[in-house]
Amino acid sequence: MTATPGASPTIVLVGHGMVGQRFLEALAERGLTATHRVVVLCEEPRPAYDRVQLTSYFSGRTPEDLSLTDLAFIEEHGIELRVGDPAESVDREARTVTARSGLVVDYDVLVLATGSYPFVPPVPNKDAEGCFVYRTIEDLLAIEEYARTSTTGAVVGGGLLGLEAAGALKGLGLTSHIVEFAPRLMPVQVDEGGGAALLRTIEEMGLSVHTGVGTQEILTDASGAVTGMRLSDGSELATDLVVFSAGVRPRDQLARACGLTVGERGGITVDEQCRTVTDPHVFAIGECALAADGRVYGLVAPGYEQAETAAATIAADEASFTGADLSTKLKLLGVDVASFGDAHGTAEDCLDVVYSDSRSGLYKKLVIGRDGTLLGGILVGDAEAYGTLKAFTGSVPPVSPESLVLPAGAGAPVQLGPSALPDDAIICSCNNVRKGTIREAVTEHRCTTVPEVKKCTKAGTTCGSCVKVLGQLINAELEASGVEVDKGLCACFSQTREELYEIVLALRVTSFRDLLDRHGREAARGGDGCEVCKPTVGSIIASLAPTIGASTHVLDGEQAALQDTNDHFLANLQKNGSYSVVPRIPGGEIAPEKLIVIGEIARDFGLYTKITGGQRIDMFGARVEQLPVIWARLVDAGFESGHAYGKSLRTVKSCVGQTWCRYGVQDSVRMAIDLELRYRGLRSPHKLKSAVSGCQRECAEAQSKDFGVIATAGGWNLYVGGNGGATPRHADLLGQDLSDAELIRLIDRFLMFYIRTADRLERTSVWLDRIPGGLDHVRDVVVHDSLGICDELEALMAAHVSHYRDEWAETLDDPEKLARFVSFVNAPDTPDPVVAFVPERDQMKPDLPLLNIGLRPADEILEGSATR
Amino acid sequence: MTLTLETTDLKVRLRLADDWFTVCDLSALLPGRGVAALLPDGRQAAVFADRTGRLYAIDNRDPFTGAAVLSRGLTGTHQGRPFVASPLLKQRFDLESGQCLDDETVRVTAYEVKAA
Ligand code: SRM
Ligand SMILES: Cc1cc2nc3c(=O)[nH]c(=O)nc-3n(C[C@H](O)[C@H](O)[C@H](O)COP(=O)(O)OP(=O)(O)OC[C@H]3O[C@@H](n4cnc5c(N)ncnc54)[C@H](O)[C@@H]3O)c2cc1C
Ligand code: SF4
Ligand code: FES
Repeated sequence: MTATPGASPTIVLVGHGMVGQRFLEALAERGLTATHRVVVLCEEPRPAYDRVQLTSYFSGRTPEDLSLTDLAFIEEHGIELRVGDPAESVDREARTVTARSGLVVDYDVLVLATGSYPFVPPVPNKDAEGCFVYRTIEDLLAIEEYARTSTTGAVVGGGLLGLEAAGALKGLGLTSHIVEFAPRLMPVQVDEGGGAALLRTIEEMGLSVHTGVGTQEILTDASGAVTGMRLSDGSELATDLVVFSAGVRPRDQLARACGLTVGERGGITVDEQCRTVTDPHVFAIGECALAADGRVYGLVAPGYEQAETAAATIAADEASFTGADLSTKLKLLGVDVASFGDAHGTAEDCLDVVYSDSRSGLYKKLVIGRDGTLLGGILVGDAEAYGTLKAFTGSVPPVSPESLVLPAGAGAPVQLGPSALPDDAIICSCNNVRKGTIREAVTEHRCTTVPEVKKCTKAGTTCGSCVKVLGQLINAELEASGVEVDKGLCACFSQTREELYEIVLALRVTSFRDLLDRHGREAARGGDGCEVCKPTVGSIIASLAPTIGASTHVLDGEQAALQDTNDHFLANLQKNGSYSVVPRIPGGEIAPEKLIVIGEIARDFGLYTKITGGQRIDMFGARVEQLPVIWARLVDAGFESGHAYGKSLRTVKSCVGQTWCRYGVQDSVRMAIDLELRYRGLRSPHKLKSAVSGCQRECAEAQSKDFGVIATAGGWNLYVGGNGGATPRHADLLGQDLSDAELIRLIDRFLMFYIRTADRLERTSVWLDRIPGGLDHVRDVVVHDSLGICDELEALMAAHVSHYRDEWAETLDDPEKLARFVSFVNAPDTPDPVVAFVPERDQMKPDLPLLNIGLRPADEILEGSATR
Repeated sequence: MTLTLETTDLKVRLRLADDWFTVCDLSALLPGRGVAALLPDGRQAAVFADRTGRLYAIDNRDPFTGAAVLSRGLTGTHQGRPFVASPLLKQRFDLESGQCLDDETVRVTAYEVKAA
């Protein structure tokens, strides 16, 4: 652009939000960072982060996880990023920007990407202590802190963000209310029918909804803290905390102050190149801009397109932004709501196809043009087809519209694969990636997995709603190009784990060899299997043992050879070859006498002890030949195996509950103990964890467990599919206000269905997200018995429960099994010399240097082991 | 080297330099599972039998971690060749040659072994 000859021209970006960051990337891609000085004024105390995923902070994502800014990128491109230094004024005559720090920067091009601010209705006491907005990480930190001392929260505004905020408050343990002025929730996205279905789902999640009422006043106590609010119908709602989510307004103050034209209802007026209509040196992009089509876009995808447009224009390339799609999918866990295209059917002469079942909270509407073109739609309760339908918008789908909205089971449901989509269909609307680009990533850039394609095309990197379709497309493309997508378990079996389970159950196969020789891949028959299929089949046989007539002890006969090392020694292998010992402490409840026994054993064997994250005690540093002696004492004192080693039930954590806690509404400790004793020893595709909390405060963290139970006044709520660990997931509600018997029956079915259909090493969280139909399907199967297998599932569990024996007690009784617990087959009493310990704090730790040195002369180490 | 496992009075022997060193009774070996043996010079060997009764022995020390644990790994067949996977970080070692299948620069000693 207007570069002063000699000095390198300067681009100043005001606002380092999502769109600002994308703009910087677009500058770099076009080589503009090399020819220009780029200065960024960033108001927030941290560089750009993923605002769209803001709420995932509450499910464990840290601010660092949310960051969109790679500091290496900033450095590499010589970008001057000034964090925490907002622009205060612009002098368009002199072409300078003044920052809060006093810095004055000359610009050749100024780009405003200042985003929006949350609109707070002017009600009395709106600034009281306990009132918040929901826009930045700082807002969330403040809400989280305040919620610690609160029990109830209310959100003003029942739109997309309001629901997200209300879900977050509930996640923080607050009783949550939503107050919406319009007669239905998400009034912008859904119509009346969709609103009704949505209301049902939201209420089922335990949120209270008040529609058709406005907030008139925030009520406070003497100290000025929120105590409630008065609504327009005269009623009062008690609450400790209020979050305003009543819409956003463009942040155009800076622009106004320097005389740029803004729209009547705000927004910096720009043309199709995103240049302000007032000043050719100034651009505005993202939520602060009033686009050429007269709209201010509150979504990230149009902002990204504007960022690209502005960067292209600055590079003197042709580009224009003329408008964008407003498709959205709610990210709130457990609620499926999506709207896309012309959702309200505003086009002339269009027709609706509606499927509605308010009983199960389902509502699906498609808007179809006269010529059969799919124009848009609304999905509530089941947004499974969102990705595909959105991509078909604007074209005539290859099947009839009814078949697209009918639920599975009602008439022939059509699985409209993404392969039917035209190449120019937009798959990822956040990043504007077309199907053709994704296919090229596979065919030309040799990507074979979702993460690779994400990296190559940016598709799927923002809201994530397209990731599923992405996966389907990649597989379809790989298959089409002749790459066989082998779904087999390993090189020995072409079946999936689920298929092997069915074979073992139906044919009552009790031997791995039989299974391999009869059902394995041709080349693997007669062989020894591998480290993948052996433990997998070992686990399947163990889960089904009583039913198929296999031995119920994992170390019996051939089964012993299938077990991973931990199961083989009934203990957890540590880095120096020693083991840890974890006795079961059901529900975390333990009497002093037993604590003393553990203390004595640990002292006598010199073991390192630690309280685990699973509410029990781990003793580390046992040598393999010590395991039986240690266990003899433990079994004697009434302990049994804690299965810390197996892919099986770990712990059922508890909170003290009703017995002691002033808030508890049920006896959570007793229930935790009952559950732990019922499911102990149950071999499963991956480990299983559980917890029982005595009330909604959730001190036992049940919603992060594979199956978690929370006491209610009327019984128990069952949550499933939760996960801590690497990819945390909040559990979904499966059943409410269940009696003890109903709860146990539902868990029996759920666990057995999981064991039957999951992949190896697939936690319930991943399984729920993977299996076709997801939670709804699982609910159909285990609650409504849609497959007619519930009796069988219950019978399988009953067989497990009645055949349970403590693995360690049985091992101690069997000399043949015990004979394996030796250091050396030819010197059973000589300890492994590599297992040694050094003191640390008041205990000991593995002598790690010893592992590096080994015990042999140096020349022999090379020969004897590594040549690395 | 192929033997029937029912023969109980046979001994598993390892070749060390020129001598055959007796490790244990053949019956102490469970097909598909290893045992550790202490050698006279302080080294350790991991000894295995596969389902056909074939015997294998390699150094017991896992070169990736330093722990003497290869005897406790899971065995299997990879493209027709027998291997053991380290129980710690799961690298696989060819049981006949000691070659690591996941890192070509790493190899452990393989011993000649027989039952007699
Ligand atoms: C001992 C303990 C840490 C502690 O000192 O507190 C622990 C230790 C281990 N954890 Fe853990 N985890 C322990 C509680 C947890 C928890 C907390 C909980 O259970 O409430 C979690 C998060 C909750 C969850 O699983 O959802 C946890 C998430 C993991 C994960 C990640 C799982 C995931 O789905 O991402 C792994 C890796 C895996 O399983 O693949 C893991 C794996 C391991 C292993 C087994 C790693 C290994 O293979 O050597 C560690 C060995 C334990 C041992 O040798 O005894 N550990 N681990 C805790 C034992 C609890 C118990 O009493 O059994
Ligand atoms: C909880 C939540 C969920 C959302 N979910 C979705 C979703 O699912 N899909 C979707 O498409 N969109 C969603 N959005 C909207 C999306 O986040 C925005 O559309 C997007 O962030 C807009 O980007 P932006 O860069 O224009 O504005 P912002 O990301 O807001 O960035 C603007 C930045 O400019 C800074 N700034 C303002 N004034 C100045 C100044 N004078 N000097 C320096 N810096 C300044 C601000 O501090 C801010 O950091 C969500 C928003 C929120 C809050
Ligand atoms: S979850 Fe348990 S310990 Fe926590 S407040 Fe409720 S009853 Fe009390
Ligand atoms: S549609 Fe949002 S990331 Fe693809």
